[in-house]
Parts: sequence; C-alpha cells; structure tokens
Amino acid sequence: MLDRRDVVARLLADRGEALVVTGLGAATYDVAAAGDDARNFYLWGAMGGAALMGLGLAIAQPDRPVVVVTGDGEQLMGLGAFATIALQAPANLTVVVLDNGLYGETGGQQSHTGRGVDLAAVARGCGIADASRITDMAGVDALAAAIRAGGSAPRVAVITIDPAEAPRVLPSRDGAYLRGRMQAALGLAA
Amino acid sequence: MDGTVSAEALAWPDAIFAELRRWDVRQVAYVPDGGHARLIRSIHADAAKRAIPLTTEEEGIAVLAGAALGGHRGALLMQSSGVGNCVNMLSLVKTCRFPLLALVTMRGEWGEFNPWQVPMGSTTEAAFRLMDVETRRADRPEDVADTVSAAARMVFEGGSAVAVLLGQRLIGAKVF
Repeated sequence: MLDRRDVVARLLADRGEALVVTGLGAATYDVAAAGDDARNFYLWGAMGGAALMGLGLAIAQPDRPVVVVTGDGEQLMGLGAFATIALQAPANLTVVVLDNGLYGETGGQQSHTGRGVDLAAVARGCGIADASRITDMAGVDALAAAIRAGGSAPRVAVITIDPAEAPRVLPSRDGAYLRGRMQAALGLAA
Repeated sequence: MDGTVSAEALAWPDAIFAELRRWDVRQVAYVPDGGHARLIRSIHADAAKRAIPLTTEEEGIAVLAGAALGGHRGALLMQSSGVGNCVNMLSLVKTCRFPLLALVTMRGEWGEFNPWQVPMGSTTEAAFRLMDVETRRADRPEDVADTVSAAARMVFEGGSAVAVLLGQRLIGAKVF
C-alpha cells in the first residue's frame, strides 16, 4: 500500500512552477515534509475549502500548475467544490485527495470513503472527466508527469494510501505570513 | 421579483456593476439571488470577469482567498440567508488577513412574507461582526454606488474584509 509521504514527495519532486495548497491535517504535514517552499500555502483550518482555494488561485494564475493536496475527510466536507470546479474547468488545476478512509487527526474514525463513498466517481458525476483512482507509484508518476505537461481540463486524483500515521512535520501556522510569502514569490504586492 | 421593477430600482445593480469594473474585480463568486439577478447577468456578459456560481456561500470565501493569493480582486454576492454558512470559513480571511468584499441582499427585514428568512436576516450583521467583517448598509438606491465604492476602497486598498448589506427596502419584498 502506498505510503503518504512517498506519494507526496514523488508528486512534488519535480514541481516546476507549481503552486500548492494543502488541506488541513496530515496533508499539510506531508507537503511540509516534502520540503517547505514559498509557493506552498498550508491550511490549518477552513475545512472543506482547500480545493476551492485552489480554484480561485488557478483562475488568477492560469500559466502555472496549481496542485491541491488534501485528505478524504477535508474533501468530504466540501463535496460541492467538484461541481463548482467543473463549471469553471481550469486546465491548470489538479486536486489530489490522499484517501486513507479515516479521520487521522481526531482518533481514526472511519470516514465515508472508508465505508464506500467514491470521491473520484463523485467528481466524474459533477463533470470532471479526468477523475481517477491511483493505487500504485506508477500511477503517481504518471500524475506528476501530467501535471508538468499541463492539459485542457481540471483533474482529480484520489490516491489510496496506507492509513498509518507519519511523524508530524509542522510548517508555519501564521496565515498572514504564508499569504505574504506566496504573493512575494509571485511578484505580487501583498 | 426581477423584471417587474421601476427604472430607479433597475439602476442600482448597474451602479454596483460599474463599481466592480472600476475596481477591476476579476472573480465574482455568487449564490443566485433575485435581488442580484440583474447584476449576475451583467457579470456573465462581461468577458473581463469570471462569474463563479457556487453550491453554497462558504465556497466563495475560499475561492476569493485563492483569487487574492494569486493577485485577482474578487467579490462575493449572496443573500442574507447564506451569511451564517460562511462563519467558519471566514477564519481563513481573519487568520490570513485576506481582503473580502461581500455584497449581501437582505431578506427577512422589511415586509418579509416568509418567516423562515427572519432568523438569519435579523442576525446577518451580527454574524459578520462575529468574525470581524465590517458591515456597511445601503437602503436607498442613491446610496448604493457610494457605499460599494467606499467598501471597495477599504478592501482593495486597505486589505479589509467588508460586507455591504443591501436593505430589503431597497430591493423590494419578494412577492409570491
């Protein structure tokens, strides 16, 4: 079974110009563990908002890949995001859902995906045609290559991962700082 | 209610649209509302703006935070009944000090026939205040442009979070 840290490290190893937004909890730690970067925006709250924040960012920065890395619980809180993203259809947006089927931050309770809800099918039903489930590293490599190559439509990748917890790697929790440093990296006035 | 109103009542949505253009607002996220119907049509017809329909209001808070992160100015259009949905997502605005311009049509406060609109209508301002979003009101058509312009300056030049409440007396009570 795929290790979440290996997946995220591989996904971001050759990220190029990509901007990354993380969903609260373990996805934030996974992206931090892969290497801090001014072009990472870590959410520590705003549950259900990661993919939508990625949408606004992708529309504002159409020439750069925007990658949202989140978990199944975070995405379940914002299922409408798939419908909203499908209507806008930003070609540079990829939503990666690390799916361990449980809420790791709150005691490991089984999530809806752990009991059969299929987030890739939900995304497809909303109109995101390129929505797939990935279960091996070859699939992760193909996804990373697709992000680098760009495309013509948004994509959702639900990656089945081992539910084992990884050691916490805690990036900055200062939201204003994280905002300002990404804006500076983009050459924008904060 | 849209389509059967006086020329004066038609003018204020156009005044808002003119302000959004003047301030170079690029992403307009919205949950459909009768009071905003004319403005929403104008935004869809403007190639310089991205109209972003939402499934629920709090989505717009996150979308516009992403827009601001990437250098786009945004506005969120909604009805007062949606403000309560935004409360937790507003932690994003507060913690990260993102700018926010919300334009809210009021229900439940003036000649409201539907009592289900009253609980949230009567607490709309308090809900925004709870999360440190400034509120300003416009109750007369002639006040709309100035109120939106002043709010936009606070948001786009000052980085503040401001909601403009468009009074139900301005919009007209919904008739069934």
